[in-house]
Amino acid sequence: MEAALLVEALRSQFAGPFELTLGAGTCAAITGPSGSGKSLFLRMIADLDPNEGRVWLKGTERASVSAPDWRKQATYVSAESGWWADTVVDHFAASKRSEAAALAARLGLRADLLGAPVTQLSTGEKQRFSLVRAMLPDPPVLLLDEPTGPLDEESVARVELLLRERMTAGTSILLVTHDPNQAQRLGGQHYRMVAGRLEMP
Amino acid sequence: MNPILLTPLDISVAASLIILDALLSIWLRLRLHRQIAIAAARMVLQLVAIGYVLRFIFSLNNPAATLLLILVMVLVAAREVAARPERRFKDHSNFIIGFVSVGFATFITAVLALTTAIRPQPWFDPHYAIPLAGIILGSVLNSASLSLDSFLGSVRRERQAIEARLSLGESYRESIAPLVRDAIRRGLLPIINQMSAAGIVTLPGIMTGQILAGLDPLEAVKYQILLMFLLSGGSGLSALATSYLAAWRLTDERQRLRLDRLQ
Repeated sequence: MEAALLVEALRSQFAGPFELTLGAGTCAAITGPSGSGKSLFLRMIADLDPNEGRVWLKGTERASVSAPDWRKQATYVSAESGWWADTVVDHFAASKRSEAAALAARLGLRADLLGAPVTQLSTGEKQRFSLVRAMLPDPPVLLLDEPTGPLDEESVARVELLLRERMTAGTSILLVTHDPNQAQRLGGQHYRMVAGRLEMP
Repeated sequence: MNPILLTPLDISVAASLIILDALLSIWLRLRLHRQIAIAAARMVLQLVAIGYVLRFIFSLNNPAATLLLILVMVLVAAREVAARPERRFKDHSNFIIGFVSVGFATFITAVLALTTAIRPQPWFDPHYAIPLAGIILGSVLNSASLSLDSFLGSVRRERQAIEARLSLGESYRESIAPLVRDAIRRGLLPIINQMSAAGIVTLPGIMTGQILAGLDPLEAVKYQILLMFLLSGGSGLSALATSYLAAWRLTDERQRLRLDRLQ
């Protein structure tokens, strides 16, 4: 079977080298202490930080595609969501808004929040909207950095349900989490990041 | 009508006002008298020195010497642009951005004015080229440093937002555009204010100087209007160049946001 995501000798000045193979529709969970390089690893795959090494997505090498096109395929969702317009709905293309509302509802987000100013949202609400934003174009690989960090139990369950559905449909997920139980529930492969190195537990 | 020439005595009378400032400072314990004295002395020395330099350059009447003096002025302005913002690049980019945008904006605006509107013979006559470049530089320096300060200040604050857009596959150009826009706007505000206030709140310095020197007010006004247009053009060019150069310096061939290049 061809790997959805293949990482070879990926390293930067701060972390690596990393090797990773992620099959289509599977999830690899990474745990480890803060500052060990988990986020850096995801950011390097998304090509947001300077790095060396090779990454393939379904057989296409990263170096052969433009950076924006690559990030549309391997989409990074940071632990702290970023917003550039005033209201939530402004962050979605007009043609995608009904789809966004449906997805938001599945994550337990009230319909009126879509029209609210971003500053009025709680951290957890922003986090779920940033997931909606990333999942809307249905990228084949999701790089999720503590996607359920600030969420309550019910919301965590909703997010995990949605992620599992996407996996069944073929999406591959690289998940950074502080919650070992979540790593067990979602992850097919398990890694531990220690001082910039990926270890098998 | 000839200008009324000042004698040293005239200036000494005006200097008594500085003494008044100093006495005021001593009397009210403002502790400014030392600074007032130093600043006044500096001002006199600098202005007399530039007077001699200008007289010398004018007497040379050599395009290379004129260009050299303007280049020195641009270098000093670039240093000011580089030093003003709170955030800096780790390397010399601040200075290079300042030099390129200030030099480019001043050169384009000054050459345009000298070859189309003022038209001295020859067009690079130092009597016209140097003062004109000086006035344009002052305004261009201001907008360049405001734009650079605005851009470098906001880029770190907006990091999450910019990287969120990059992560979703938007181009660096799209992701950074709001910051570039704000920086250009910031650089243009002073000249817009200056234009709106001109003649009502303030009598612009050049115009006042020309009227004092004996020129007809309407002729002086025409000069001032021309200058305001030149200054706004120069400010626009330098705000634009500064903002785009700074934005370009903060990315690389993979359209990343390279905040690691800032201090």
